[in-house]
Amino acid sequence: MSVLVFVEHHDGELQKGSLGVLAKAATLGDADAVLVGDGVRELAAGAGRFGAKTVHVADDASLAAPLSQPRVDVLATLAGNYDAVFFANSVLAADVAAGLAARLDAGLNWDLVDVTADFTGKRPALQDSVLVDVGWRSTPRLALFRSGSFDPHETGVEAEVRDVTVALEAFSTETTMAEQAHAEASGPSIEDADVIVAGGRGLGAPENFTLAEELARALGGAVGATRAVVDAGWYPYSAQIGQTGKTVSPKLYVALGISGAIQHKVGMQSSNVIVAINKDPNAPIFEFSDLGVVGDVHEIVPKLTELVNQRKS
Amino acid sequence: MKIAVCVKHVPEGHGRIEPGSKRLDRSGEGALNHFDANAVEEALRLKGDGDGEVVVISMGPDRAADSLRKALAMGADRAVLVSDEAAAGADLVATSKVLAGALARESADLVLFGQQASDADGAVLWAAVAERLRRPVVSQAAEVTVDGGRVRVKRQTEFGYDVIEAPLPAVVAVSDAINEPRYPSLKGIMGAKKKPFETISVSDTGVDASEAGEAGSKTEVLALGDPPARGDARKIEGDANAAQAIVDFLAEKRLI
Repeated sequence: MSVLVFVEHHDGELQKGSLGVLAKAATLGDADAVLVGDGVRELAAGAGRFGAKTVHVADDASLAAPLSQPRVDVLATLAGNYDAVFFANSVLAADVAAGLAARLDAGLNWDLVDVTADFTGKRPALQDSVLVDVGWRSTPRLALFRSGSFDPHETGVEAEVRDVTVALEAFSTETTMAEQAHAEASGPSIEDADVIVAGGRGLGAPENFTLAEELARALGGAVGATRAVVDAGWYPYSAQIGQTGKTVSPKLYVALGISGAIQHKVGMQSSNVIVAINKDPNAPIFEFSDLGVVGDVHEIVPKLTELVNQRKS
Repeated sequence: MKIAVCVKHVPEGHGRIEPGSKRLDRSGEGALNHFDANAVEEALRLKGDGDGEVVVISMGPDRAADSLRKALAMGADRAVLVSDEAAAGADLVATSKVLAGALARESADLVLFGQQASDADGAVLWAAVAERLRRPVVSQAAEVTVDGGRVRVKRQTEFGYDVIEAPLPAVVAVSDAINEPRYPSLKGIMGAKKKPFETISVSDTGVDASEAGEAGSKTEVLALGDPPARGDARKIEGDANAAQAIVDFLAEKRLI
């Protein structure tokens, strides 16, 4: 079996999610990687160390912006040689995978959390109430994996690097990036925190984020936020957890006044232990919490912070 | 400017998979996918008081007409429903082919999608449709402006905000943060009944029946099983002893 993995990078760093998928692909057979961008050849060795046998590199100034359609052109020239092409889900990867599916008339299964050696994909569906086995009727099999499904594994083996030159389709080059986002480098990243206390609309007002901050301090954790409160200007974007924003999997995730919309859920559902406090007994967050507390965050959280602090002293 | 909006009719409440066909049970009550309401709203906003036209397009069973009527009641001008037994059970490859065929008949300047389908959690269709139409595509749009034959999109990614531009015709998928969809007014609901509503078949889209629906699909559902349990999920109610209960729970899990 041979698998090609689309390895994503940002600001010169290979993304952990795609390295995790690469590690998984390497357990199924020969795993190769494809890197697309401007000045990405220097990242190729890194992809090799994480399990790629061959790293295909499409390195060109015209590929600098992380836009999906030129990447479809690159992958379309390689995909036919593989049994499967894997992607770690992201805003960019989803668009590349779907464009490639249409280009090749190849089946795409998404939101997978695992795949077996005989290429049966595992997909939780309908708010994770059912686990669906999915398959492909043609090759290459295209798959998008849910964030955090696999951990990267460093093998330390040197990969063969091959250059790919691709003539881009005219319609693939029409989209241009006027301004590109860059990750903020300030402070410790919430992606590495063992404990995260996150706040949502249910906190009621921006100043109530102090509830989350004080509890986070007591628990030795970091503060996260939902897109809704970031959009409302209550908390900075760097703390946003969700589909757009950070994907986290801490040992403990405490959700304060968070309903659990899909946008948020995909960024935190692989946390080890989830505790949710929300006054709405029907909030979706309770469906994937280990401990759900139906109650008022303003009443409960100050007491909780005090009890945690007492316990420490 | 002519704007086409692709919308989906989704089952209301918790979905259910029909064990025999392994397809989503679509026999119950349904509604306009709420993420698509953002796309309809954005189309109406972009059209404004200008001359343009907003056409809403859906592929689905006959009852998907309800969702298209809701979009008409919000203010869309015209609806097209691809309803055909041959289209049932379609995956991404087959759906994108039929929808691209339906869109090609319209030659819209801008094609809008919502951020995802609330039933299948799919968030990929626009990129496949754009590929088939050979048009530029931008997703996760948090702001859309159209000026001088170009669309400018501010979008949110994992890293912050990008600003992306593309010439029209183009395909844009909007995020649900882009706007607050309006509720149809009574006047809108009454007016929707008089608006043009066209029901077409798969062959009208120029796609052969063998390439549509389940026959044209390249993925399949093999089996349904129970998800791994999330341990011993617990729920407690009331504020009085909640804080202590949480501390006990965290201590039991050795988290404090």
